[in-house]
Amino acid sequence: MRFLVRRLGFLLVALWAALTLNFFIPRLMPGNPAEAMMARFRGHVNPSALSALEAAFGIGKHQSLISAYFQYLGNTLHGNLGISISYFPIPVSTMIMRALPWSLGLVGLSTVIGFLVGTAVGAVSAWRRGGKLDAVLPPTFIVISAFPYFWVGLLAIRLFAVTLNWFPILGGYSETAVEMWSWSFVGDVLMHAILPAFTIVITSIGGWILTMRNNMITVVAEDYVKMARAKGLTPQRILWQYAGRNAMLPSLTGFAMSLGFVISGAILVEYVFNYPGLGFMLLQAVQNEDYPLMQALFLLITVAVLLAIFVSDIVTAVLDPRTRVRS
Amino acid sequence: MRRLRPLARALAGAYRFLRRDKKAMAGSIILFILLVIAAFPNWFAPDNPAAENFRAGVGPSWHHLLGTTSLGQDVFSQLIVGTRQSVMIALIVGFFCTIMSVGIGVTAAYMGGLIDDSLSLLTDVILVIPTFPLIIVITAYVHGASFWLLVAVLVFTGWSYGARQLRVQALSLRNRDYLLAAKARGESSWYVITVELIPPMTSLIVANFLSAALYAVLAASALQFIGLGNINTESWGTMLYWAQSDEALQTGLPLWALAPGVAIAILGSALALLNYAFDEVSNPALRPVSEKKMKKRMRKMKAVA
Repeated sequence: MRFLVRRLGFLLVALWAALTLNFFIPRLMPGNPAEAMMARFRGHVNPSALSALEAAFGIGKHQSLISAYFQYLGNTLHGNLGISISYFPIPVSTMIMRALPWSLGLVGLSTVIGFLVGTAVGAVSAWRRGGKLDAVLPPTFIVISAFPYFWVGLLAIRLFAVTLNWFPILGGYSETAVEMWSWSFVGDVLMHAILPAFTIVITSIGGWILTMRNNMITVVAEDYVKMARAKGLTPQRILWQYAGRNAMLPSLTGFAMSLGFVISGAILVEYVFNYPGLGFMLLQAVQNEDYPLMQALFLLITVAVLLAIFVSDIVTAVLDPRTRVRS
Repeated sequence: MRRLRPLARALAGAYRFLRRDKKAMAGSIILFILLVIAAFPNWFAPDNPAAENFRAGVGPSWHHLLGTTSLGQDVFSQLIVGTRQSVMIALIVGFFCTIMSVGIGVTAAYMGGLIDDSLSLLTDVILVIPTFPLIIVITAYVHGASFWLLVAVLVFTGWSYGARQLRVQALSLRNRDYLLAAKARGESSWYVITVELIPPMTSLIVANFLSAALYAVLAASALQFIGLGNINTESWGTMLYWAQSDEALQTGLPLWALAPGVAIAILGSALALLNYAFDEVSNPALRPVSEKKMKKRMRKMKAVA
């Protein structure tokens, strides 16, 4: 219980830090971009949009920075994120809700696949240490994980979509498709998701392999594994049900760290593939100078990552009593 | 002469390490070549990278090893001249990240108490806030981030992972006898930290430098690729930006887009390979087991028995 409270407290502090960064960045950058933006929009945008902007950024009302800060915190906590400039007058929250499922699907799926495959490869290569698999797979994927995500995406498009024509080039679904729950639409969406997901998996898998391999090497040397061998259990059973289960725990904790990498990779992959998720929308907002949308997206991505970390903390604590005791 | 001895010993140690470890060897050779290119690009680049002197969109030939861009610039020269910025970003960001990681991580572990709690909290908060979206937001407000702004942003977002690792390592060393002895001798905290505590962590610190440098290379090139860097400088990321916006892959100029990506990948892999090797140094359990050594060890054990 104390553990839960601590983690919850950390979640709140991190959220507050993200909100504060989000508030101060546009104000502290050289040239005060928030003021500059307002000056540019005066006269171009209609008055109601302008006041919505002023509310979102808390400026133009001759109030102090501190009171603007608290007003901003209040607005955000009430889910009042302002109105998108480039898609005026659609509220930012509506725009985000349209993009959210695409990103959740793509990032969620490729993270799970990357975790499972990477952990399995890491476990087996540590189990047969010095074997052929161990000599080839971990170094290969570590080199691949040093490739730029977006560039791997570009190559994948060139090879599998343009040259071989196996998959569609861009987007989350065909322009002719009707958005509804039919088999053909779901199939269409899946076809569009395969290449971006493949790109994320292949570039993120190296991290999972390395973490699992390192943990597994430590765990295999433990006495209870020797005991299991002495009992004459089958190697398969020892590998997965004895050593593997324990070696996986630090990977779950490491999940928190790697999620940030996966998200940043996913932003670029979505950009390269014009995939209609949050990352693509974020970069479009940057290009259109749609600052309210951009800030809200940053906030949402942060909240999503923090929640995922919180969940992985809880799961680790449930699975591994040691983490509960230590805290 | 005597002053030089530790340096000579360190060099000899590095040499032995490189000879033993093929991954480290490959990584350092690549890194060395790139450093030379970055330091003296004029030795290698045949043409001015920005000059639009040539026929546009020509394939590879003896005159243009990697062809020309759709504006008639020599791709190979751009690649060579662009090396400097990527290498510099890697080294400078890696250096400052390491300074911050060591400073904050080791101070937290050594001081303990409230200082440790607050520094650890700061580290963890920076660690969990997704860095790349944050970098995008910061650079979006300044149109065309300059080199030093890019460095500042990457350092601000890149130090926390290392700080956390180093804190854990320093914690495990803090109560060793030799440290307690130094304290009992009445040495200052500064002396204990710099002379007794940090040297045993060298390999972990180097590993941290390498992963921060790798992070910087990938993040900077990604930012430049999406047009958030200064698009008028020569770097691999900006090359990719122009190649993508002129649809190099679709218009029959694949080398223009492929070459800078390969270059980033080569620099990245060199750093990753070295990092992998240093992981094995700082954690002996991970070192590859050679059959020869195992046999030797077995013989020894038999002899003892």
